[in-house]
Amino acid sequence: MNSIRTRLLAILIASTGLVWLLAVAWIYFSTQAQVERVLDARLMEAARMVNSLLAERRIELALAGNGSGPIAEVQFEDATYERQLSCQIWSLDGRLVGRSEHAPEDRLTDSGSGFSESVVNGEAWRVYVIENPLLGVRVMVGDSLLVRDRLVGGVIKGLAVPAALILPFLAGVIWVSVRRGMSPLNEMAGALSRREASDLRPLPNENLPKEIAPAIHALNGLFRRVEEAREREKSFTAFAAHELKTPLAGLKTQAQVALASHDRQVHENALRQIAAGVDRTARLVRQLLDLAAVEAADRTPHLVEGRPRELVSRILADMPVERDRVKVEGDVKQVAAFDAVLLTLAVRNLVENALCHSEGPVVVRIEGRSRTDILVEDQGPGIPADELPHVTDRFFRGRQRSSTGSGLGLAIAQEAIARMGGVLSIRNRNPHGLAATLSFAAEEEK
Amino acid sequence: MRILVVEDDPVLLDGLSAGLGLAGFTVDAVATCEDAFAALETHKYGTVILDLMLPDGSGLDVLGFLRQRRDATPVVLLTARDQVHDRIAGLDAGADDYLGKPFDLDELAARVRAVARRGSGRATGTLHWRGVVLDPASQTASLGGKLLTLTRREFGILSTLMERPGMTVSKATLEETLYGWQEEVESNAVEVHIHNLRSKLGTGYIKTVRGLGYRLAEENS
Repeated sequence: MNSIRTRLLAILIASTGLVWLLAVAWIYFSTQAQVERVLDARLMEAARMVNSLLAERRIELALAGNGSGPIAEVQFEDATYERQLSCQIWSLDGRLVGRSEHAPEDRLTDSGSGFSESVVNGEAWRVYVIENPLLGVRVMVGDSLLVRDRLVGGVIKGLAVPAALILPFLAGVIWVSVRRGMSPLNEMAGALSRREASDLRPLPNENLPKEIAPAIHALNGLFRRVEEAREREKSFTAFAAHELKTPLAGLKTQAQVALASHDRQVHENALRQIAAGVDRTARLVRQLLDLAAVEAADRTPHLVEGRPRELVSRILADMPVERDRVKVEGDVKQVAAFDAVLLTLAVRNLVENALCHSEGPVVVRIEGRSRTDILVEDQGPGIPADELPHVTDRFFRGRQRSSTGSGLGLAIAQEAIARMGGVLSIRNRNPHGLAATLSFAAEEEK
Repeated sequence: MRILVVEDDPVLLDGLSAGLGLAGFTVDAVATCEDAFAALETHKYGTVILDLMLPDGSGLDVLGFLRQRRDATPVVLLTARDQVHDRIAGLDAGADDYLGKPFDLDELAARVRAVARRGSGRATGTLHWRGVVLDPASQTASLGGKLLTLTRREFGILSTLMERPGMTVSKATLEETLYGWQEEVESNAVEVHIHNLRSKLGTGYIKTVRGLGYRLAEENS
């Protein structure tokens, strides 16, 4: 399972365990070395003590004897030493002249002096030897390694048992901390998995840890955008249905009127209405296609530099309707980067919109110093101030609607100019009329 | 029957006016909620045909306006949004019927007649009285099995009277039922139509109640 918690737990427990093991090993070896050193020092001290006792004649040796005489008993005062240390005193010619109570009878070592290790009766010993040539003896003091190991083992055990007991507790603490540390993530995952696919309400975003906050904010932002897109889609569908079906209903009704009536005048009127309805529907269909063309996601704007006035004149020349009402004024020195298709859509829709909503001349004015502005000005009634923010919404038709409008023209112009990186601004003119401005960023002057 | 059509598309509005006029209705046509409110304030309509998406609001606003005033005028909704939940919303708001665009003109006329008939508590489509049979659907009238040739206005007067047998209907009411806003009404128009009707039906069918209006005469009077 690919779980952050499992991974975290594994990493934490493995690394903690490793550190723990290393610590235990380190303690083991250093303790062992320390204990060895202390014990070696003890051996040396004991040997020296026995040696000095011998030198001061506090211990009588049967040096003259042949080995069968009484063997000196070396007595240590400390009871623990008695059990652990063994002492032998050998004459230089190889006779045992004295030993401690539990010391083995066999010679502890063959070494002449200093530290050595040997095996006596199958038991390993560490022995320190002092040679006393004055007395003609060697004093040997030895530790059984078995005893030594037990001692080291005891120290290690004293350390290792509590450490081992701590291990499960440590694992538990790690587990609980990881769990608690991950709880905001779990809550988020839970909240997300509980919701329906269509539920786009924002996730709660209070008291968020700073690691998760960006994810939650990004998610909420995404939810909001999806929701908006869905709302737009929904209202677009509803409006498109209305705008397409209504003229169809009109056409059908007029056709049925023409069929039902025998009156010539009624016939004529119905046919005229049908023709007008077809024109309007055709324009609507064209605008829907324009909108689709502007929106096509895979089409990146193909910007080509050109002289704005030439481009606008060419676009207007291609427009079939009411050419004589449209005038082009002004010019700019600079060239600007346009996408021919998008610019055509924007200018054509703005001009058509102006023609639709006004009787008088429509002026396309090209101006600008640092940037290029293409203004489309009419002398119609303008747009009520409260409707201005909505005029670029799809299918928005204000109170000043014309009978042929679809509410798409400004939306198309807005979308087209935005794709080219420009801005569409719309304002009312004084005393009346509307000015729609396409603003482009300037290229360097020629 | 006088009906109000509220629709913002000029082609459709024109078609509805002409088509429903041909079907024998007197049609008042408006394009906005505001005009609809004004019309409903001043006239009593047999049926209201209502588009849902209007420039200055929703047809449901007009419907709410009507129902709030406890006005039971039958309402037929016209809309492009003909999903089931849209229909439910419209009907629950107090509409009597619902028609999705584009629709058949004859079907719309039939539905208007049906909701109007239901509104007046009748079950059958045809009107019967003393051997006179009126069929609003085909705009035909017969007397004792013989077909009568009536003009649209004559048919309108006779059906208005036959919808409420025994009730006196004023001249003003008849004028209002027969003529829309745009139509000029000559002062003696109703009298002329009544006269023509009497000559086609025979005397003794329509009685003049002096100073009040007209009503259908009982058989033995």
